[in-house]
Amino acid sequence: MKTTQHKIPTARPSGQRPSGAVVKPVGARPVIGGASSDRVIEFRGVTKLYDGGDIGLDHATFGVEQGEFVFLVGHTGSGKSTIMRLLIKEVQASSGVVNVAGHDLAEIKRKKVPYYRRNIGVVWQDFKLLPNRTVYNNVAYALLVTGHSRKQIREKVPDILRLTGLSTKLHNYPDQLSGGEQQRVSIARAFVNHPPLLLCDEPTGNLDPETSIGIMQLLYRINKTGTTVVVATHDHAMVDKMRRRVIELSAGRIIRDEAAGLYSRDESTREFAVRMRGARLGQPEDS
Amino acid sequence: MRFTFFFREALRSLKRNAMPSFAAMVTVLVTILVLGVFIPIVQATTGAADEIRGKLLIDVYLRTDAKPADVARVRTLLADKTPNVKSVQFVSKEAAYAREKARFPDQYELLGKTNPLPDTFRVTPINPDKISEIRNSLLPVAGGGTVAVDPAIEEVKNRRDQTAKILEATNFIKITMALLASLLALASVLLIANTIRLSLFARRREIEVMKLVGATDSFIRWPFIIEAIIVGGLGALMAISLLAVGKVAILDPFAETFALIAAPETLNFGLLIAILLAAAIGVSAAGSTLSLRRFLRV
Ligand SMILES: Nc1ncnc2c1ncn2[C@@H]1O[C@H](COP(=O)(O)OP(=O)(O)OP(=O)(O)O)[C@@H](O)[C@H]1O
Ligand SMILES: [Mg+2]
Repeated sequence: MKTTQHKIPTARPSGQRPSGAVVKPVGARPVIGGASSDRVIEFRGVTKLYDGGDIGLDHATFGVEQGEFVFLVGHTGSGKSTIMRLLIKEVQASSGVVNVAGHDLAEIKRKKVPYYRRNIGVVWQDFKLLPNRTVYNNVAYALLVTGHSRKQIREKVPDILRLTGLSTKLHNYPDQLSGGEQQRVSIARAFVNHPPLLLCDEPTGNLDPETSIGIMQLLYRINKTGTTVVVATHDHAMVDKMRRRVIELSAGRIIRDEAAGLYSRDESTREFAVRMRGARLGQPEDS
Repeated sequence: MRFTFFFREALRSLKRNAMPSFAAMVTVLVTILVLGVFIPIVQATTGAADEIRGKLLIDVYLRTDAKPADVARVRTLLADKTPNVKSVQFVSKEAAYAREKARFPDQYELLGKTNPLPDTFRVTPINPDKISEIRNSLLPVAGGGTVAVDPAIEEVKNRRDQTAKILEATNFIKITMALLASLLALASVLLIANTIRLSLFARRREIEVMKLVGATDSFIRWPFIIEAIIVGGLGALMAISLLAVGKVAILDPFAETFALIAAPETLNFGLLIAILLAAAIGVSAAGSTLSLRRFLRV
């Protein structure tokens, strides 16, 4: 594919997929651009003023390392979605520098934006599924419109649907699925190409707590493959339990950035689920 | 693979947008029909008009007492010093007499040996539309009337008075036709733009998803352009079928009766079809581009 130019370096643990790709250990330094660090995301003094004069973001500075799992929290209108939109270059920073994998986004030409976006998976609160297409076709669609062959689609789609626990729902339409299942489809679509960066804007905003845990567990599993995951959320209880890094925003400013040293990166998905659900042991893990 | 995808998506949109697509198609049909009828008509009248213009001449009559020296002087004047002159042909009074006598033997019988005809130069203009330039140069306005630049020139005559009307009529037909065709083409473009705008709206979710997962602009656009071309192409094909039926049923039987219709200048049908299809595709492309520009800022 023509994605080489803005490729975000990724790290994959060994044995993760039979894709035959070169396997890099977690934390490998990026090969691209001679950037200063292996930061996947770097915001330096970024301000975003919307046309109406609303402040979306106000001199925000932070960085996200490769393989990190980061929460963005803050009240409504604090700028979480603005960060996401800046990252996919849907909007441009008014001032400051947004770097992704060492590339200044301001320097990516309009024509190159689609190729850049293929390196980023995005998950939204409202799923953004196509109602007139089945689960399988919703995921296949993302590959189809980015120029993948039928063969690639036949290989990749069943794999990702297995990973997201949707193997039995291939031929269902979105309105025949629960909210949690719909969100899994949208995660499957976002992750089918195994992008090195996954952005989730309130992925559990419409879901009940138990379903939310399932979704967070899935994101955690994806994170463990080496993909950097950024999650914007209102769900403080969840954030507290996850014990991952938290960046808190208020009126566009970063008011807290806790690189929570509390967690061990080696926690298994199963241990993670158990901890998230509190003391309720013996829950079957769906995988 | 790509093309089948684009084509399927285009058909999907068409089905969802049946009514506006149909309206756009009918407009294209009417536009192409009008073009298909008028292009041959204009072609034929233009051919006729050109023929008339090609025959436009100025006759310069000399005085009946002109000497050979006068003739030579006027010849030089016409050939070298008069604007817009393509060629000059000399008709001597003897030649004119012989020819006229052959045409009207009875009248010339009465005249006997006297020759009332003058020496004449027939001047062919370079640009028939500016034929009066020659006349004005030979008969400049002086005082109340006109005085010939050379005393040997008796009279300068052209046949403008009769031909001007014919030329004006053909021009009128052309302008009316161009105006009507432009209006119809404009309506087609706008209706196709409207169809595409509606399908853009109907497919806004797909477009949003395509943008998010990194589909290129051109990938997003193609299904809409193909949709427009299908609408325009169907309209054109139906119009062309109607024209073909009309040609076979009406025109061909009459062609033997009326010379004008069978005139060799009449466009050949294959070329006409090609022109009409190109027009339909042009209209479709313009219509879809209009909407895609305005509503698909990717
Ligand atoms: N397209 C826009 N045009 C104008 N102002 C906007 C636009 N999008 C966001 N804003 C403003 O920018 C600020 C930050 O909005 P943003 O969507 O980033 O907040 P958020 O943290 O995602 O909120 P929420 O939790 O409700 O999703 C708000 O004041 C909002 O009104
Ligand atoms: Mg938001």
